[in-house]
Amino acid sequence: MLYIFCPHCGSRSQNEFAYGGDATVKRPELNKEISDQEWNNFVYLRKSPRGKHLELWHHISGCRQWIKVERDTSTHEIFKTYKADELTE
Amino acid sequence: MQKYSVFSLIKNAFSDHQNWEVAWKDPTPKKEYDVIIIGGGGHGLATAYYLAKEHNITNVAIIEKGWIGGGNVGRNTTIIRSNYMHDDNALFSEFGMDLWRKMSQDLNYNVMFSPRGIINLAHSDAQMNAYSRRGNSMRLNGIDAVLLSREEVQKRIPMADFSDNVRFPIFGGLMQPSAGTARHDAVAWGYARQADSMGVDIIQNCEVTGFDVTNGKIIGVRTSRGDIKAKKVGLCVAGSTNILAEMLNMTLPIETHLLQACVSEPVKPLLDHVVTFGAGHFYCSQSDKGEMVMGGDLDGYNSYSQRGNLPTLQHVLTEGIAMFPFLSKLKMLRTWGGIMDMSMDGSPIIDKTHIDGLYLNCGWCYGGFKATPASGWTFAHTIAQDRVHELNAGYSLNRFNTGDLIDEKGLGTKTWIS
Repeated sequence: MLYIFCPHCGSRSQNEFAYGGDATVKRPELNKEISDQEWNNFVYLRKSPRGKHLELWHHISGCRQWIKVERDTSTHEIFKTYKADELTE
Repeated sequence: MQKYSVFSLIKNAFSDHQNWEVAWKDPTPKKEYDVIIIGGGGHGLATAYYLAKEHNITNVAIIEKGWIGGGNVGRNTTIIRSNYMHDDNALFSEFGMDLWRKMSQDLNYNVMFSPRGIINLAHSDAQMNAYSRRGNSMRLNGIDAVLLSREEVQKRIPMADFSDNVRFPIFGGLMQPSAGTARHDAVAWGYARQADSMGVDIIQNCEVTGFDVTNGKIIGVRTSRGDIKAKKVGLCVAGSTNILAEMLNMTLPIETHLLQACVSEPVKPLLDHVVTFGAGHFYCSQSDKGEMVMGGDLDGYNSYSQRGNLPTLQHVLTEGIAMFPFLSKLKMLRTWGGIMDMSMDGSPIIDKTHIDGLYLNCGWCYGGFKATPASGWTFAHTIAQDRVHELNAGYSLNRFNTGDLIDEKGLGTKTWIS
């Protein structure tokens, strides 16, 4: 069981959360000419590192806020959590 | 190579079975190979075997970080099927079914292929319609498919929950009678033994630490047992694909996720088929030893840990008990996990790359085991001929760029819910 520290609610079990994937992918800017390659990079390409991974979680059975979690993908250690709009280190 | 037969068995009985040849050698890496396959799992071993057998390329090394067959080929639920709707998947998998049927003879190794049939249960009229569509697509591609009524399903799997007050009543199911299971370790060992006998070096305990690429061409691999030169290199490392891709400055449409499986204590034979729950994600078959072999959802977040987490297992087994209530009385014998290379459309990639001489085989999601022979066969062709075979032409790396996705389930890029 993972225990995730929600910046709004405190430490909760993973059962309250839904996973939202890689938090580092950036949607291309609006109203800008975008190449197919750039769309491809945004929609499909993922680094999926072994080690530190910044990811989105949705506290769906709690405060319903999206948060960012920095977690190790091989040990599941959670280093830090952020509010969705908070800048990450 | 010593042929396995009743005669060799009798002959070796006279020397108390002390003089059997080793099944494969433990060579030191040579300085140079024509082809290096990274990853000594099912796909890597099969690729080396078909390189030697079909293309006469025998100066080949398989480099494996751990031991052969210690990854996903030894961690799956051994299901073999070709019940796909899309042409690319259907034709590729059905080609593989042919190889499965001949495998024990071909490898002179009993892989215990057991075509016991797979039944996908349907729990609504809409699902029956969808299965009838999928079944028709399968039959158009020459794959056997039978739509079963509720009564027909009950005759085949009477232990499923057919009571009145059930949340997901069984409306019927789609069956592929030629699907089945095989002894997964034997597949790895059979391919290894034959590949070794044709001159392939199987190098275990050898971790890749980097690649030598000059002028856009691969010239060798750096490993924990020294640098090895190679004209061609094939990646066959499933869940570790992204780790190697990072060494090559490549970003792929792949995420690595953890999938668990488990077996119960052994019981007397009661389940003749592979059965999948249609209202969730759960599948079950009974091994020859009598254990119920079960699996279901991914753990649900990127993971390289090869070890599962309890909430997912609980969730999966809850579905299992909804389908087969008797499962609640069984004790769990073992659970384990493997790391899956989840692709963004749920279909694999077998292709060349932008680096000359570097070939990619990945994205098997959790359907890698059944694809072992067809994947090895087509990957060997792609490497030997430096061009894709028509069977794997659809499995291109570029399809994400061009929009030619093979989205069998139509789930989009959220790999963790597929």
